[in-house]
Amino acid sequence: MNVGVFEAFTLVVRRELCLSFRRPEQLLQPLVFFLIVTTLFPLGLSLQLSLLRDMSPGVLWVAALLSSLLSLDALFKGDADDGTLEQLALSGQGLMVIVVAKTCAHWLVTGAALVLVSPVVGTALGIPVAAFATMMLSLGVGTLTLSWLGAIGAGLTVGLKRGNVLLSLIVLPLAMPLLIFGAGATDRAISGTNAAGALYFLAALCVFTCTLAPFAATAALRITLE
Amino acid sequence: MWTWFYKLASPPSVYAAAGALAPWFLATAAVAIVYGLVDGLVFAPPDYQQGDAFRIVYVHAPSAWMSLFSYTSMALAGAIALVWRIKIGHAVAAASAPIGASFTLLALVTGSLWGKPMWGTYWAWDPRLTSELILLFLYFGVMSLRSAFEDPARGDRAAALLGIVGLVNVPIIHFSVTWWNSLHQGATVAKIGKPAMSLSMLWPLLAMLLGFMLFYGAVLCMRLQGEVLNRERQAKWVREAIKS
Amino acid sequence: MNTAADGLSVERVHVWRGDRHVLKDVSLALRSGELLHVAGPNGTGKTTLLRVVCGLLRPEQGQVTWLGQSIAAIRAEYQGILAYASHEPALKADLTALENLRFAVGLKRRVARDELRDSLRRTGVEACADLPARVLSAGQRRRVAMARVIAMQASLWLLDEPFTNLDAAGADMMTSLLQSHVQAGGSALVVAHHDLMVGTAPMRRLELGP
Repeated sequence: MNVGVFEAFTLVVRRELCLSFRRPEQLLQPLVFFLIVTTLFPLGLSLQLSLLRDMSPGVLWVAALLSSLLSLDALFKGDADDGTLEQLALSGQGLMVIVVAKTCAHWLVTGAALVLVSPVVGTALGIPVAAFATMMLSLGVGTLTLSWLGAIGAGLTVGLKRGNVLLSLIVLPLAMPLLIFGAGATDRAISGTNAAGALYFLAALCVFTCTLAPFAATAALRITLE
Repeated sequence: MWTWFYKLASPPSVYAAAGALAPWFLATAAVAIVYGLVDGLVFAPPDYQQGDAFRIVYVHAPSAWMSLFSYTSMALAGAIALVWRIKIGHAVAAASAPIGASFTLLALVTGSLWGKPMWGTYWAWDPRLTSELILLFLYFGVMSLRSAFEDPARGDRAAALLGIVGLVNVPIIHFSVTWWNSLHQGATVAKIGKPAMSLSMLWPLLAMLLGFMLFYGAVLCMRLQGEVLNRERQAKWVREAIKS
Repeated sequence: MNTAADGLSVERVHVWRGDRHVLKDVSLALRSGELLHVAGPNGTGKTTLLRVVCGLLRPEQGQVTWLGQSIAAIRAEYQGILAYASHEPALKADLTALENLRFAVGLKRRVARDELRDSLRRTGVEACADLPARVLSAGQRRRVAMARVIAMQASLWLLDEPFTNLDAAGADMMTSLLQSHVQAGGSALVVAHHDLMVGTAPMRRLELGP
């Protein structure tokens, strides 16, 4: 009785969620990091609230990118270290199913969690409530795209001892368009102008990345698994 | 059918061809660059707005162009090596990356030197220069990834894949940076200009561009020889080549 | 071409790791009902050979075929009939033994919980089924890994040092598992640096030299 692709996908997603909920501290760490980084900026800017409000989209987005990136390093590394990645790769399912499932699960426990926390951070940074919808939408789309860019980076650096710094070095330049459109959309929502343009670009980037990145991430993992 | 191609791409013949081509590239590059510099810096008329300051374009524009050209050729060489398993492509990509990064750095330095008289500051987050800066980061990523692997074959393939991903992203990055810039700065800062150039200004620029291309070819050949020797150091022909 | 069309065949495989020529012209054939013991001192490429046979590592030269077809061409099908046990037990420390089995075996075939428990019982670690792998001893982890191999119901076993960390009783169990697998028509490629004592099964030995 063969196992279908969708069945395999849900099984791997369940495995990943199960693993992350067994280690709740690893789930919380990126969120706490997100909060800490956003606290750093007001403290470093000598509390001029108007200045802070102008900078808040950038601050929010930089903090979100960095904290998502922090957890991306572990996307394949844990499985590679204990040998379970080889078992997954030999499971008879295509490697791409595994990669897609793992990346989606990663986004669920980091990106989606980040979106849920963002109103708290947004309030602290003086972002008006009216802009929350755009902010959360852009963060959701942006972190999903970042998870995919990061999956390529994580696949490329999985076997390396100090992969973490290299991962950031590889992924951050690729993530700059995300930052531009994401912070741009949030910025426009705050100033009350139409944010649709930036959101469309962000969504286009997301669709484009989610279409091609699975192939790239799978190829990357194949290279480093050898 | 493709055997002649694989023979052509075999390390000894590439080594020999690169050695034979390098001096020709170098000589023609010297001629083109000397002509371009003399004509551009001395004989071309000064710009009616920027005066003599514009003359840095003769170094800036060709190096900016070459930074993209080298990245593209690096990514394509890597892609060919990855898809058809032609190992020499990895050597070309590895040889190309540092040259391209140097061109990028040169474009950044000359760009900001040009910015000083034009904008009164060395760095004004001009979209082209910002894209160029991100391109430099992409080069750094590819080069560090290649050297991070203990097994050079895996490093080669990983770097090739990253190069392709970067190549797909270069236009996206450039577009998004332009969009961002239009949002923030509008028309207050004049762009590094491409108004219609007079022919007397254009000829030296084209000569410089050709010269830079040939110079790239020459350095690529020399670096490629080094790469091939290093990669094939176990092979018999390398030992013979070194002995003689 | 390939005449051993009824099983696994490795033909003239070469693998380099940087400057090291790890596998030099290795060939082997393995039919159903056969056990092949790959022996040799450390650093002679035993694990590398196993990874090549799995398809995890593509050799620079030579080919691996299953039933006469290149394993790269029939990847999914080939993976369906093989069970690989790597040198490390490949268990998630935070999952229980049973969950480890479920998430690994469940990708290969639909499997009931009782069946997984049964395979844990056959390797003598049924009591550990609901304990996280973190608290198991090295020998118990090895047994759980072996239970995973059994539960996959694969016809080709690829085992890397399966006797490591096992006590005398465990080694006996391992031997009898191998024996019954081979007698039932399966085949096994076992990497071990000491002698295998599998009584009745026809066993051949491949010695990898430096």
